[in-house]
Amino acid sequence: MSKTRRDFLKIAGISALGLGCSALPAAASEEGLAAAPAADAPAADTMNPHALTATRWGMAIFTRKIKGPEHFKQIISACHSYHNVPKIPKHKNEIKWIWEDSFEHTFTEKESHYLAEDVKMMDFLLLCNHCDNPPCVRVCPTKATFKRDWDGIVMMDMHRCIGCRFCMAACPYGSRSFNFGDPRPYIKELNPDYPTRMRGVVEKCDFCVERLAQGMMPACVEASEGALVFGDLDDPNSDVRKALRENFSIRRKTSLGTQPSVYYII
Amino acid sequence: MLEKALKGSPGYWIWLFVLAGIASVGMLVYVVQLNMGLKLTGMSRDVSWGFYIAQLTYLVGVAASAVMLVLPAYFHHYKAFKKIIILGEFLAIASVAMCILFVVVDLGQPQRLFNVVLHPTPNSVLFWDMVVLNVYMYLNLFIGWVSLECERNRVDPPSWLKYFIWLSIIWAFSIHTVTAFLYAGLPGRHYWLTAIMAARFLASAFASGPAILLLLVFLLQKLTKFRAGTEAIMSVAKIITYAMCVNIFFYLLEMFTSFYSSIPGHKSPIIYLFSGLDGYNQWVPYMWVAVITAAISLVLLIPAKIRDNHKVLPWALMLLVIATYIDKGIGLIVGGFTPTPFETVTEYVPTIPELTITIGIYAIGAIILTILWKIAIEVKRDLGTLDKEPPKFKKLYVEDLQYSEDYH
Ligand code: SF4
Ligand code: SF4
Ligand code: SF4
Repeated sequence: MSKTRRDFLKIAGISALGLGCSALPAAASEEGLAAAPAADAPAADTMNPHALTATRWGMAIFTRKIKGPEHFKQIISACHSYHNVPKIPKHKNEIKWIWEDSFEHTFTEKESHYLAEDVKMMDFLLLCNHCDNPPCVRVCPTKATFKRDWDGIVMMDMHRCIGCRFCMAACPYGSRSFNFGDPRPYIKELNPDYPTRMRGVVEKCDFCVERLAQGMMPACVEASEGALVFGDLDDPNSDVRKALRENFSIRRKTSLGTQPSVYYII
Repeated sequence: MLEKALKGSPGYWIWLFVLAGIASVGMLVYVVQLNMGLKLTGMSRDVSWGFYIAQLTYLVGVAASAVMLVLPAYFHHYKAFKKIIILGEFLAIASVAMCILFVVVDLGQPQRLFNVVLHPTPNSVLFWDMVVLNVYMYLNLFIGWVSLECERNRVDPPSWLKYFIWLSIIWAFSIHTVTAFLYAGLPGRHYWLTAIMAARFLASAFASGPAILLLLVFLLQKLTKFRAGTEAIMSVAKIITYAMCVNIFFYLLEMFTSFYSSIPGHKSPIIYLFSGLDGYNQWVPYMWVAVITAAISLVLLIPAKIRDNHKVLPWALMLLVIATYIDKGIGLIVGGFTPTPFETVTEYVPTIPELTITIGIYAIGAIILTILWKIAIEVKRDLGTLDKEPPKFKKLYVEDLQYSEDYH
């Protein structure tokens, strides 16, 4: 996310406030979407006509539909290669946007002595939860981490981040990585469509905002062969809501009140 | 008055050169860190703050030493402290300057530091911490300078100065509270998520800050003819003792809540620190050293007879400084990040470059302190008050801050 694009969004928001106030909800309802709740959403006419929009993006993960290590790898590398996430061998400095871990490490609050054998052996996907009430946004001293009011995505401005790592201390899900060194030498195959980062800034999953803006689903969702469902949590008819209506789901560390937008269907 | 720092014995100059040498080594390593990034440090994805932020936390406490002198002097008209107040204020300046340097060396993109000012974010505690630290430094610099200038010119400090002094007293409390809030409001970090964090910060600061001040005053008395006055030293020692008792009491309160509630999240960091978790236990010896040194220091400080013995007092204070340093400088950070959000343990060990930069910053702090104290000492020497004992139990009212030969 470049600074100019951020400014552009701001201008777009102001114009939405001025000109688009009456036009925006109309345009939105025309397309059968819920009205945008925030006035600072980009004006409809400034966006790609195919852009996917929502008022609250969220994800449901069918944990049992992920078939083994190969499948995990496919999903994770779809994200990491698309976003030029470096592969740093040392655990200490590693960067990850989406990764896998055991039940115990993923759902630390849901400890059980007698966990079902298959769940115990299973791995789960972890990524930024795009919390409704994100502590990382609350603590950031520069607004480099911010939440888009109109669709709930928690984003990072890598050009503004000063690298204080306060957000890493604040995120209860360990979703953020810091570029302790220059990440570029560790990128095997460069995706020219996505920027690389410099050392000294924090990064994390951004729910593929650029892809959504171009009308594409997130890379991980695309690669998941139906195991990951992405959509508007505010829309009762969306695929995510349908999945959540029909299945039992849990979220990570709900007692902290951050309201994660990633749901796990066990 | 700055010219007073330019004349000194060979010892003074050698000392400054040695410090400058250490500081330049630190700066050199910092340039390397700038070029290679924070991968030179022992910090990791799981332990995202380390030694640098730990020093900030500790030094904010040292900056407090001034307020423990200013407050009795100006709110309770306690005159014995008049002579060392200026030393406390100057120590505060040096410590806050070091705090700010530690924040800067900890940043991944220090050249963007001004983003904090360009995009002020009132919901971020770090924003407020920067504000209060800077204001506190300038406040002390201003008050210290004006009152020293007046002392030198044998005139009364202007009466408006008292408003700044009152403000600085309140401000000193704010720098601790705000720094504690850096930690105390983070969900998922059980060791920090406690309402008593700010109170613990204050108690520990009011013990360790004045202790370091007193140790430095003892050193000053060895090196120069300066005499702080027995009365003043005894009173500061008393304050330190009370503060340390409160500090330990607060820590025990944490222990009670954690272990009586028996909630794993609250117990794990403490278990990690004091006996190790999942086989990781590298900080255990340090924490026990802290417990033992804290206990011995209290044994030496609480009985007035031992405390007033100025042969024992420096040792007691040194033990106290070690204990509070380990607790707040190491235990607080490491305990907060352990266990990780995944309930695993990632151990943190500061690296050589990290330690070198840290020592370099301490050297810069020592240079600032040496120069400021030198000026204060020279002014007192010119006035002939350097080795005079301040008079006993004479009341001083801020309303009539009058210059009189005998109490400086
Ligand atoms: S998961 Fe962490 S990084 Fe993501 S929004 Fe929540 S608090 Fe922020
Ligand atoms: S590291 Fe960057 S994103 Fe995180 S709190 Fe600091 S400035 Fe904000
Ligand atoms: S939503 Fe996009 S950025 Fe986030 S994990 Fe999936 S692919 Fe990566």
